[in-house]
Amino acid sequence: MIQIERLNKSFGSADNIHHVLHDIDLTINDGDVFGIIGSSGAGKSTLVRCINLLERPTSGKIIIDGKDVTNYKGKDLLDLRESIGMIFQNFSLFQQRSVLKNVTFPLEVNGKKMSKSERLERAHELLKLVELDDKIKQYPSQLSGGQQQRVAIARALVSKPKIMLCDEATSALDTKTTASILDLLGSINRELGVTMVMITHSLAVAQRVCNRIAVIDDGRIVEEGTTAQVFGNPQSPITKELLRNDNLTTMSQTGDESDNSSLPEQA
Amino acid sequence: MEWFSTFYETYGDLLIKGTLDSLYMTSISTLLAYVFGIPLGVLVVLTAQNGLHPNKAVNTILGWIINIGRSIPFIILLFAIIPFTRLVAGTSLGVKGAIVPLVVTAVPFVARMVEQSLADIDAGLVEAGQSFGANTWQIVYKVYLKESLPSIIRGAAITFISLFGYVAMAGCVGAGGLGDIAIRYGYQRYKPDVMVVAVILCVVLVQLVQTIGDFIARKVDKRVVR
Ligand SMILES: Nc1ncnc2c1ncn2[C@@H]1O[C@H](COP(=O)(O)OP(=O)(O)OP(=O)(O)O)[C@@H](O)[C@H]1O
Ligand SMILES: [Mg+2]
Repeated sequence: MIQIERLNKSFGSADNIHHVLHDIDLTINDGDVFGIIGSSGAGKSTLVRCINLLERPTSGKIIIDGKDVTNYKGKDLLDLRESIGMIFQNFSLFQQRSVLKNVTFPLEVNGKKMSKSERLERAHELLKLVELDDKIKQYPSQLSGGQQQRVAIARALVSKPKIMLCDEATSALDTKTTASILDLLGSINRELGVTMVMITHSLAVAQRVCNRIAVIDDGRIVEEGTTAQVFGNPQSPITKELLRNDNLTTMSQTGDESDNSSLPEQA
Repeated sequence: MEWFSTFYETYGDLLIKGTLDSLYMTSISTLLAYVFGIPLGVLVVLTAQNGLHPNKAVNTILGWIINIGRSIPFIILLFAIIPFTRLVAGTSLGVKGAIVPLVVTAVPFVARMVEQSLADIDAGLVEAGQSFGANTWQIVYKVYLKESLPSIIRGAAITFISLFGYVAMAGCVGAGGLGDIAIRYGYQRYKPDVMVVAVILCVVLVQLVQTIGDFIARKVDKRVVR
């Protein structure tokens, strides 16, 4: 479980301070696929980066499985990060490492001594899971975007994290590839029990995989609830605005009449 | 043909020794320049404002040192640091005496090139490295240096070629090498043929080094152009 308590984050120094996150309170339960949506610059990435302390909170607490990790340093910090996988919008694969070596990276850098053959074996297992075990000798630049993100997913999972952070993981992919990546993430969540925190600007993506959603605007959580609640009965004006601006073709599946009626005009 | 054999008989040994001296001085100083320049460049990147260990004081001071080093013309530096050269190499003359000023002048140059190579890699890779729990040292050698290796190799070829030119200037301190030969025979003894051959050898060697550098960089680089 991830508990975020009265989290504040600001950048810059005293004379030029930029307050990015305001008193964020959030609880993400084990097994959740937790969506974070909001417009550009709202603070989504900053919030998620606070969870593995790539950003240090200015104040407030990050509590993971009951442990206050906010001030973790040194080995504790590195161990914490090892227990949280992360995937990125642009995949961030190491270009000079083969697919297999990309996946072994987290095992190479962590303190637990694993022999080289164990590392390769484990990486191989993960590449099988993402159905890329025929590409282990290739280099990232030889793969399609979807394949690269699969490698990144394998890399994020290789050290058996309980939590996976996804920052716009499908934004660089086409619709079909997005669907297959989301299905993969969904099955990882169900079968491996990995808790997912998923930033997305696409409501369709959020709707497809998330069970809970928080809407963030200008550094504040303006709405939080189950996906059905947030999409079906939005409370905050911001959420309504987001729903209106999205031409939500997928909303038709939930039978939201008001949104469907506007589709012909937009087309 | 006949001209060639007489020429070769008279100056062959001289030019071969000159070539070897030039290559030796350039290689050793390039190597030493990287031994000191890589850590310096890495330190600049790490202490930069957006680096892993921002430290304005250290970063500014390193910047000054590098800029000062880069702004002093080699020919002035060569004479200015003679006491230091004597201290380190035991002499300020000959091949040994030339290497010290060559390295001193190249280190700041290399540091800047390394800094540039490291800064060019995608910042997302450093972040990815961090997110998997890599420590600073691991990020330096598994991400920064590994990912920028092709670029660093290209930089090394450039450094080598620049130093090759400086080695010629170091001929002023009797360092030997092709440049030295070109100056002594061409200007001082008026043997233009020796000078021309020495210059041609320089051109060929520079081309060769550039080609080899590019070849290795391409071989090492795993990014394919699609
Ligand atoms: N390292 C930083 N230094 C200063 N300001 C920052 C830094 N990182 C983020 N910000 C600022 O914080 C705000 C929120 O940024 P963040 O990247 O979290 O937004 P986001 O919701 O992820 O946006 P997007 O959808 O465009 O990715 C922005 O105004 C950004 O300029
Ligand atoms: Mg973002």
